Amino acid sequence: MTDKQEISLTVNGREHTLAVEPRRLLVDVLREDLGLPGTHIGCEHGVCGTCTVLLDGASVRSCITLAVQADGHAVRTVEDLARGPDLHPLQDEFWDKQGLQCGYCTPGMLMRAVEILEQNSDPTPEQVRQQIASNLCRCTGYQYIVEAVVAAAPRLRGEHAWDPTIPTEAKA
Amino acid sequence: MTAVQRSAPPVRQQDKTRTWVGKSIRRVEDPKFLRGRGGYIADLVRPGMLHAAVLRSPHAHARIVSIDTAAAAALDGVHAVITGAQAVELTEPLPDFGPDPAKLTWRCLAVDKVRYVGEGVAVVVADNRYVAEDALSLIDVDYDPLPAVVDPEQALQDGAPLVHEPMGANLAYERTFDFGDVDGDFAAADVVVRDRLRWHRSGGQPLETVGAIADYDPSTGQLTAHTNSLSFTSYLFMVATTLKMPVNKLDIHPVPAGGSFGSKLFATKPLVLAAMCSKAVGRPVVYLEDRVDNISNCDHHGSDRVYDVELALMRDGTMRSLTIDTIDDYGAYMQFGVGHHGNALAQVTGPYTIGSVRYRVRAALTNKNQQGAYRGFGSEVNNWMIEQMVDKAARELGMDPVQIRRQNFIQPAQFPYFIPTGNVYDSGNYDAVLDQALELGEYDRWRAEQARAREQGRYIGIGLITAQERSVFSATEFWFWFDEPGAPVTSMPESVTLSVDATGGITATLYSGAFWGNSPETMVAQLVAEEFDCEPQDVSISYHGSKGGLPATGPGGSRTTVMLAGAVEGASEKIKAKARRAASELLEADPEDLEWVAGGFQVKGVPQQRKSLADIAIMLHLFKHSFPEDMESGLEESRVYDHPYTTMPSADRKDLGVFYPFMGHACHIPVVEVDIETGQVSFLAYAAVHDCGTLVNPRSLCGHIVGGTAQGIGTALYEEFVYDDEGQLITSSFLDYSIPTAMEVPELRIGHVETPSPYTPHGIKGGGEGGRMMAPAALNVAVNDALAPLGVRVTELPMTPDRLRAAIRGAGAERR
Repeated sequence: MTDKQEISLTVNGREHTLAVEPRRLLVDVLREDLGLPGTHIGCEHGVCGTCTVLLDGASVRSCITLAVQADGHAVRTVEDLARGPDLHPLQDEFWDKQGLQCGYCTPGMLMRAVEILEQNSDPTPEQVRQQIASNLCRCTGYQYIVEAVVAAAPRLRGEHAWDPTIPTEAKA
Repeated sequence: MTAVQRSAPPVRQQDKTRTWVGKSIRRVEDPKFLRGRGGYIADLVRPGMLHAAVLRSPHAHARIVSIDTAAAAALDGVHAVITGAQAVELTEPLPDFGPDPAKLTWRCLAVDKVRYVGEGVAVVVADNRYVAEDALSLIDVDYDPLPAVVDPEQALQDGAPLVHEPMGANLAYERTFDFGDVDGDFAAADVVVRDRLRWHRSGGQPLETVGAIADYDPSTGQLTAHTNSLSFTSYLFMVATTLKMPVNKLDIHPVPAGGSFGSKLFATKPLVLAAMCSKAVGRPVVYLEDRVDNISNCDHHGSDRVYDVELALMRDGTMRSLTIDTIDDYGAYMQFGVGHHGNALAQVTGPYTIGSVRYRVRAALTNKNQQGAYRGFGSEVNNWMIEQMVDKAARELGMDPVQIRRQNFIQPAQFPYFIPTGNVYDSGNYDAVLDQALELGEYDRWRAEQARAREQGRYIGIGLITAQERSVFSATEFWFWFDEPGAPVTSMPESVTLSVDATGGITATLYSGAFWGNSPETMVAQLVAEEFDCEPQDVSISYHGSKGGLPATGPGGSRTTVMLAGAVEGASEKIKAKARRAASELLEADPEDLEWVAGGFQVKGVPQQRKSLADIAIMLHLFKHSFPEDMESGLEESRVYDHPYTTMPSADRKDLGVFYPFMGHACHIPVVEVDIETGQVSFLAYAAVHDCGTLVNPRSLCGHIVGGTAQGIGTALYEEFVYDDEGQLITSSFLDYSIPTAMEVPELRIGHVETPSPYTPHGIKGGGEGGRMMAPAALNVAVNDALAPLGVRVTELPMTPDRLRAAIRGAGAERR
């Protein structure tokens, strides 16, 4: 099990060549070998979605994906969302709507939301709710996550700009 | 009743206009989490850090005959293997507030026998987690299996296998309390409603498990630890005793917790394991639970109770008295004693004017993981129990479920109101909450809808409940069970230091690991901004380690915001007193002639004669000699804020004193439909109105309400740690332990009533547990309302499809 295998990964646009044990999980390579701790480990058997990353644009559970399976593929993690000081529109809206509390499921949830909005740029709240059900959140009860993803959609379509100064009051 | 001296704090005037308290600002904690830079325990790396993994018992109950660790120790990359027997040499028992720790001894690893599936028997330290787990598979343990005891009622029978032989029985604790004239009230009652209720165990199961990094320095004897467990300087020092080291050599640093819901409260075992290993190998060691570790061995399973309850009423629906007889399945150890029942006694009679209570509790030991804390800490179970009884009473008396509650409410003019156990409810307006909930939840429309649906053979239920949400605990609930506490009332302090730098910027230092998904930093930022008229995002927040730290208890029992508010208020007063004096020197004005306006002191009526906080701060930092001799440089003050309202229990324990005084209230109205063919429960609507006193950040509280309700839905419908007849845990992953997804949680309509506390800063009450305090009770009422036409009444949670189908079949209520 300990013979290492050479793989090359493109992670957040940067190419890496590294030698890994065949049993080594993608999430451990991202976190420990590549210094990207944003991808978290939740249940370690592919249920909760905390470790969600995009592999060639499609969401995968990095806790049950071997690093060698990602050889030659492109991986996108939460670290790829913000541009310097500017958060991604989904991050802005998660912040504004309090689509997070402890923040632990958030990176996986954000990457799943990226995928949802790439597949459908104008989803209904019901569609978002159904599709976000792939990922568990133990804090929020999902309501404000759904609100945040719906609110981010028009911004990603370039329809209106973000006002960073006015927080949105919770709907009664 | 024995008189207890009650020293209520002064009543505050809560009438000031506020700028920041009450505003839904974006949380100051969030940007780092959104970027994936949360700095959780798994994200921290110490140079030379090794990884620990624990071998867990596959048996519920077995003698450990021998353990052979030779092959594991010989594996390349392994640095140490420590068995339970060896751990006895290295550590004392874990901190334990339960009955009789000398006989019911709890250690970081099992020694002579294992008492539940998942109990640790040995720990391996290796270069990385992969190698550590390889080594676990090479450890050979010879077990001699013993019969397991799984059912709490069977555990109390003669001849049941003993979980702890020195105890002589599995009954770890029993006591009956009488509050008020129970027998007289029952004799005077027209009707007695009886029921037997069963609440099975579930737990917080945060997505992040518990972990600790320990770094022992043999040259100084100092141990530096980082952990996502909470409860800091006031309690975690007890770990030093377990580690056989002086408290002043232990420095514990808080790390954000990726969720807790109680389950990271005072979680000492991972820290002790990491520290023991670090001392053994002389290098930093991380121990971070995996999911199986956490589900099977977190020491934080929730309540697991059987209830026999009697509610005595008059024919007009007036509730007179309540007798409660409960057996609670505590599992194999009892770290918090029966504190969960102390918690329930804080609000045992709900929002109602019930005049007397008898409370009998029996704590059963079984071969399961022990109980700890789960959002509600036993009070949520009590809420469910009372509301099922009130609901049953309404049905038996033919009364409207709204009316029976309303007519028994404590009225606004009756506050502060002492319930029979001696605890006080500080304030409330239960009719206002109910009225808003009926409107928000469109109660009348749904009743009409329900009637139409029934004609169509559909089973819609409306689950109205009205219940309490106590906040800000005093630790008396952990020890009033015993006649000899050996201690005066516990103060449960929380501390804040405010430092104003030379430019007027403010840093707030907290002394407990307060973040577990709540908003302590946002709360402090808003409260400081309120005091100093600055922007909340300009307040810097930092956490102090335990070494040299001020007293701090940490979160739990919905205490954080109220206690931090008291500390911020006190530290601000001190800062302003010094700043006023400095300003008076600089302005050559009498201090009494100055007033604080918009972030500075100015001469009353002469606003151009003014010094901002920044003007004052730079003078105090750099130009001390401009001030009188007795003034020191700098502008930094601390406040240790002690529990503002707690009193001693009476010696005979007929009055437990005040221990949970800031009483929130809520009304939940879920509307569900039950598919009687499949047992599936789906939501048609859900309204929740809460009164947690003055709101600090409404959206943050809404988040707690929705999230807590989602957990309550899990408790009510899906989540259960299931042990089979042999004590095998058959829900050891999220495949079997079903946490609600977005599809199982409805969109909530949320309302707020704000009845300020007369005793806290701004009138704030705690609100962190409310959703889960209410939802299980509300859903049980809703399902029973749906199934009432079939004559089905469900008395057991969670109401899984299996259980609902069995109840429907049992009532002979098949449609075909």
